[in-house]
Amino acid sequence: MAETAVPYAYGYLSPQEVRFLDAAVERLIPTDELGPGARDAGVSCYIDRQLCGMWGTHGRNYRSGPWREGTPEQGFQSRLTPQEIYRIGIQEINRYCRGKYDKYFEFLSPAQQDEVLHGLEQGAVDLVSLSGKLFFTLLWRNTEEGFFADPMYGGNRDKIGWKLLGFPGVASGAYREHLGNPEVYRAEPVSILDIRLGHAQVDAQGFAKHVRIIERDGSKQ
Amino acid sequence: MTDKMKPVDVVVVGSGVVGSIMAMELVSAGLKVLCLERGRMIDPQQDFVMPYVHDELKYDRHSDIFQNLSRETLTFRNNASQTALPMRELGSFKPGEMVGGTGAHWGCNARRFLPHDFELRSRVDERYGKRFFPEDCTSQDWGVSFDEVEPYYDQFEHIYGVGGKAGNLNGEIQPGGNPHEGPRSREYPNPPTRRTPQGEIFARAVTELGYTPFQGPAAAMTRDYTNLYKVMLGECQRGGFCSSHVCSQGAKANPLTAVLPALYRKDNFELRPLCNVIKVNTDSTGKKATGVTYIDARGREVEQPAELVVLATYCFNNTRLLLLSGIGTPYDPHSGRGVVGRNYSYQTGGRVHVFFDDREFNPFIGGGMVNTSIDDLNGDVIDRSDLGFVGGAYVAVQAFGSTPIKNKPVPAGTPRWGAQWKKAVAHYYRRSFAISIHGSCQSYRQNYLDLDPTYKDANGLPLLRMTFDWHENEKKMLAFMYERVTEIARAMKPAKYAAHQIYKNYTIVPYQSTHNMGGAVMGADPATSVVNKYLQSWDVPNLFVVGGSAFPHNAAQGPTETIGMLACWAADGIKENYLKRPGPLV
Ligand SMILES: Cc1cc2nc3c(=O)[nH]c(=O)nc-3n(C[C@H](O)[C@H](O)[C@H](O)COP(=O)(O)OP(=O)(O)OC[C@H]3O[C@@H](n4cnc5c(N)ncnc54)[C@H](O)[C@@H]3O)c2cc1C
Repeated sequence: MAETAVPYAYGYLSPQEVRFLDAAVERLIPTDELGPGARDAGVSCYIDRQLCGMWGTHGRNYRSGPWREGTPEQGFQSRLTPQEIYRIGIQEINRYCRGKYDKYFEFLSPAQQDEVLHGLEQGAVDLVSLSGKLFFTLLWRNTEEGFFADPMYGGNRDKIGWKLLGFPGVASGAYREHLGNPEVYRAEPVSILDIRLGHAQVDAQGFAKHVRIIERDGSKQ
Repeated sequence: MTDKMKPVDVVVVGSGVVGSIMAMELVSAGLKVLCLERGRMIDPQQDFVMPYVHDELKYDRHSDIFQNLSRETLTFRNNASQTALPMRELGSFKPGEMVGGTGAHWGCNARRFLPHDFELRSRVDERYGKRFFPEDCTSQDWGVSFDEVEPYYDQFEHIYGVGGKAGNLNGEIQPGGNPHEGPRSREYPNPPTRRTPQGEIFARAVTELGYTPFQGPAAAMTRDYTNLYKVMLGECQRGGFCSSHVCSQGAKANPLTAVLPALYRKDNFELRPLCNVIKVNTDSTGKKATGVTYIDARGREVEQPAELVVLATYCFNNTRLLLLSGIGTPYDPHSGRGVVGRNYSYQTGGRVHVFFDDREFNPFIGGGMVNTSIDDLNGDVIDRSDLGFVGGAYVAVQAFGSTPIKNKPVPAGTPRWGAQWKKAVAHYYRRSFAISIHGSCQSYRQNYLDLDPTYKDANGLPLLRMTFDWHENEKKMLAFMYERVTEIARAMKPAKYAAHQIYKNYTIVPYQSTHNMGGAVMGADPATSVVNKYLQSWDVPNLFVVGGSAFPHNAAQGPTETIGMLACWAADGIKENYLKRPGPLV
């Protein structure tokens, strides 16, 4: 059995960290009747790949001291990089969960997991080395990114996020003519990855050739 | 050790909107012009290709076209009692760092300021009395009138191929245009954008309320266009991925598409990328610039002599380079004296989202700043006697091409995540749009730029320090706008609407706008301005400091049309006046 939701060799995250993230992001964007959630969309894989790259060490951020906490208006001031925030954060949240529920986060009930996530978000659960809020903010930001960014980054598998919204991805050359048209434009989404892998066609200008979804009797597809 | 290069006639620092136009105009006058740019060289046909430019994650967050803060950022605090801390990650604004500058990824909203904006102080004083401005407000007249600069707006519009419909042609109000605009000498070079269904709903609602809607001008081509510099730009495909992205089709007018191609054809032009200018050098009198010093890609310190220096490095570095070079008196907020760093201002904004249950839109279609606007709440159109604030806003519904990471509005009361949130975004992504408020911002004694005492850039030079907060006047103005826009929202009969909150304090996150103004403002009086009406330094006459840095306060419209106009105007001042009689033009 694959130990994580998405078969992928993780470059930065440990198996336990992936299990934590799979559980957490699935609460943030859950699987429901509308479709798969963030776990199956590969958000943990997205986060791993971001952590392996330039952003994982805040390579383009200003990183000289002195470091001070600052006001909320002054923005991100932690001396920790995203790599460190995930590693230390997950460890400390699991320690908190062991203390309070006698279980790691991944084994809590969905309601308990929500309780912990809300606690982090609102500052009620604070961690030793960083603020719970900081961890939550980063996790939520990356979850949204991983669910809705182009699948080339490892998340949004099968364009789950785009199908949820009805976002067609790479634009079509037909948009210009459709600009003033009130008719609803529906199409199978096309990603950069699709085009790269030859799964979608492009026109002479490089725009995607969309396969339109036609609605009948006003009923939704 | 410093290497010394061969002298040139003009060194232009920065290759953005201002730098490219200034270079083009001065090259055309026969001068040998060198442009120094801190960012890398760009070949749009290789660097920005389909489908890779349709990548929200990259261009919203991670692209290397934005300023690399690991080398240089600024520090920020809300007021002088706080310790400023570095902006460690991009947030509130997103300056560019490459050939083409911020201009290469701008949003194309290309509006002229109103005649009122250039003479704000005297016109408000005249109409409402001298005590109408808040006591601490330092907004002031520009030293030029709209009529004086109108030909240069026209010039810029014919470089950037702006599409729109005139509302006032030589004093005659025209149907379909903005009736409140200043008199223009001729029509826009290109036709206006088409109206979207969302724009149509807005237009109907505002007409009912007595306002006059029009298609706001934009600098993404509404047809194939050959500009003033004989460069071809193609028609915009409305494929979204526009603002913050670079257009793969060359449909968005910007330095890379509208100006630099013409410059590359000129023998008397040289562009040197990856050269970070750290100082404007002056002779022993301190009154004459001898050139600039920069650090090149290999880390060498290089001296570049020039007869004339143009700073076109965006609001922040225009101000910072003056401070680092010891040119002009730094502003002192306690005494109110000094000028460099004074009158830093920004842009106010807000949004009311409307949600429909019975209508679907195509929010991903758009870009090139397709918008339907009203200007009836701007400038001096409404009587302010009882409102008690200075300034105004335009209100618009824009089709910018809603991308999914950032643009998923949900009704008030929706949880921030989880199953309910998921249902709401799925339902409303296609059933909502925003009515946006784009407002002015006055300058205040307490809002200013200076050098940070602690934090340094990668070269060991002090970072710029921003001290800035919102003032009561802007909050009052926005509260008034929210009332009006909420009325407009209601008139559209949506299922729900949600107004954003007015920020209590300015915050360096999240993104608001890259409309940073002031620090080296223009004016008629050297005691309150850094440059004269020709953008020429009062202290060093062979130095011109051009850009948003010159705005004594910020108007409601986006700044770039006026920034580009000032570049045309300053270049003309140099060609027509300065070259004939080098020395102070005023
Ligand atoms: C996402 C986004 C959307 C926008 N949309 C709009 C819009 O719709 N309407 C509008 O009016 N405005 C808009 N703007 C603002 C617009 O981009 C700027 O007003 C405009 O680019 C300013 O032109 P500039 O020439 O002064 O500066 P820039 O275009 O930034 O050019 C300055 C150049 O100087 C270089 N430089 C800086 N320091 C140094 C140094 N020390 N040495 C050498 N080179 C240096 C920079 O790298 C840069 O290339 C937008 C901006 C952003 C980021």
